[in-house]
Amino acid sequence: MAKKIFAVPNVATPSRPVIFTDKCKGCNLCVEVCPVDVYIPHPEKGKAPIILHPEECWYCGCCVGACNIEGAIKFNWPLQQRGYWKNKATGEVKRV
Amino acid sequence: MTSWQEYLDKEGHPPVWPYPVNYEKEQEIETDVLVLGGGIAGCWAAISAARKGVKVALVEKSATIRSGAGGPGVDHWNDCCNNPLSKVNPDEWAQRLANNSGGYTCGGVAREVQCRENYDALIELENMGGKVRDTEDKYKGAEGRDDKTKFMISPRYNYNHETNTVIRVWGSTFKAALRKEALRLGVKIYDRVMATGLLNEGGVQGARVVGAMGVNNRTGEFMIFKSKATILCMAGPGSIWVFNTELAGITTFRSRAMSGDGQVMAYKAGAELTMMEKTGTLNLGTGFKHNWYGGAGDASYENVRIVDANGKALPVPYEGWGSNLGQMARGGAPGKPPWEVVRDGVLKGEYALPFYGDFPSMPKVESDVTWGLMIGEEAICRIIVDTYNASGFDPRRDQLQNYQLIEGRSMPQWRSIDGAGARGGILIDDWNMRTSLEGLYATGDQLPASGDHNLAATTGRYSGRKAADYVKQIAQGKIDKAQIAAEKARVYDPIKKNEGMDWKELHAGVARTMQYFCSEYKTESLLKMGLDSLNEIAENYVPRLFALDPHKLMCSLESLSTLEYSRMIIEASLARKASSKFLTFDRIDYPQQDPPEWNKFLTLKLENNKVKIGERPLGFWGNMKENYEKYNQDYTGVYKGK
Repeated sequence: MAKKIFAVPNVATPSRPVIFTDKCKGCNLCVEVCPVDVYIPHPEKGKAPIILHPEECWYCGCCVGACNIEGAIKFNWPLQQRGYWKNKATGEVKRV
Repeated sequence: MTSWQEYLDKEGHPPVWPYPVNYEKEQEIETDVLVLGGGIAGCWAAISAARKGVKVALVEKSATIRSGAGGPGVDHWNDCCNNPLSKVNPDEWAQRLANNSGGYTCGGVAREVQCRENYDALIELENMGGKVRDTEDKYKGAEGRDDKTKFMISPRYNYNHETNTVIRVWGSTFKAALRKEALRLGVKIYDRVMATGLLNEGGVQGARVVGAMGVNNRTGEFMIFKSKATILCMAGPGSIWVFNTELAGITTFRSRAMSGDGQVMAYKAGAELTMMEKTGTLNLGTGFKHNWYGGAGDASYENVRIVDANGKALPVPYEGWGSNLGQMARGGAPGKPPWEVVRDGVLKGEYALPFYGDFPSMPKVESDVTWGLMIGEEAICRIIVDTYNASGFDPRRDQLQNYQLIEGRSMPQWRSIDGAGARGGILIDDWNMRTSLEGLYATGDQLPASGDHNLAATTGRYSGRKAADYVKQIAQGKIDKAQIAAEKARVYDPIKKNEGMDWKELHAGVARTMQYFCSEYKTESLLKMGLDSLNEIAENYVPRLFALDPHKLMCSLESLSTLEYSRMIIEASLARKASSKFLTFDRIDYPQQDPPEWNKFLTLKLENNKVKIGERPLGFWGNMKENYEKYNQDYTGVYKGK
């Protein structure tokens, strides 16, 4: 069966300040720490929160800092915020 | 599954609002001291009042655990004149700070309290579990580290160790410690509640403040707080002239949620505000963010040399020990701001872009301190440092790209009142830190030209104890049902519609008005056009605001705060018929800068809902040392109680 295509507005930009991995147990600590309610809890217990207001993210990182499970939540900088650096000896330039 | 669209894809419908929605339902809370805003100032105010044995309620729009500009962290404890390594006199230092910027500062009360008491606050913070010393000897050998006390003195304002007033701190530990202490002392914390308005006794503007109203931004429930004293500790607004969530945030220091609600509700209640005409230009950064921390050039970078693409040192200041190149205090070529010298050099081919922070040229311990402690602990930078580290950046080997010249300054119409010092606030003409209204106190970001972590902490701590003394002498005031009914009608208006104008469009519309009519270029007619434009928005577009859930209701109310705050700025700008270097205030029709007859504070308040302009002379706070001592004879220093 063909995939159902919904008619929805454009997603907000940036749309994904963090990435949850399979390690997330849905404890919602990040939901409670986030100062601007970027997330809501998932309706199904034990699942990773839903990112509802990504464009309001302050990029304070407190959600990642609060998480008790290593690697369950990763910060995901928007493209325009990814900074550069240079290896002083070789001159090689890299980016976050 | 981590986004609403993925949820929709899988489930076939969007998620249902996850919290119970109780619009219009009322919850009434009675307390002695009500603290509005649970950031740094608010937590300190609550703790300090609770230590005096009174009932305290704290209302926080976000979550107290990390909320506020200082919630994620801070790296400097400034103006710490009583620390054992300090070489300055607190009263003289306070006097100097109060006289900065032509005397247009947050005032003598706040500065004297800060310089007298912030070392006590630091020690109390340590007793609560905040980290303020290098107890593990991690940075042994770093310049400024005192082996006896293990304090880490910063080079900030500290050429050749002549002041030693700034202590480097591990501020990411502070907020959780403060919240824990507040809870331990029995403070009732109401998270996710946006305070929307103050209650005046009998509902009369200008009368004693007897509580506040608010709305829960998850459930929509209406909150009524009855209090004997109320302390405003909320943030100033972060985005009056520029609004764009699509670019990932507005400024480094202010989240989108910081919308000046406190000053607006104080104004509506009849309190006097001052310096509302003062603005600055917006500090921009990569993607509108991290203007300093991701790109060098701030105090946290205090001793990192900035070099060009070929490794040539730039003539811009950095704050190295004894370098006489202080980022804030000294440096630059004679007659020209340093970054203008750099710009000229770039255009002539003397300096090649891009620029870099030259970490590898620093001794290892200094680079560790700057990267790990100073940047790592400051504001929202922990996640930046962690991200760079995880991506392979190594300060021993790599230079960090600097964006200061390209993105550091905005266009002049993209103004800001978010930078430290670049805004007005609530007038404090009282040594108990009371506002012009009985029962209402204001601290931290509510004060004009404030914006520093330890100023917020110490003024919060001070107002908490003063408000506690006040409530012991007075009964609850009478709240007015009509005032509550009017506020409920205002607050819930957006949820009665499901189409019209959303909060973002309203906010962006207000911002554009401010760019057009209240920018760097001000004249009587432009400012009046601006006021007309804002009034037109209020009349024709505010009634169309709609909100689909309690969160968007909060955002809508924040946009209304932005609109009201903008009106205050224009009213104050109309009142000052002179230009002022110190207020970053230029009137094309009154070009003379700081003529003597205009060297005064203008105040703004509502009387019977009509704007009333008043004034105070510069230095109206009087003799700071004498007044402080007169009003604080019972002050006992570091808290020793349980």
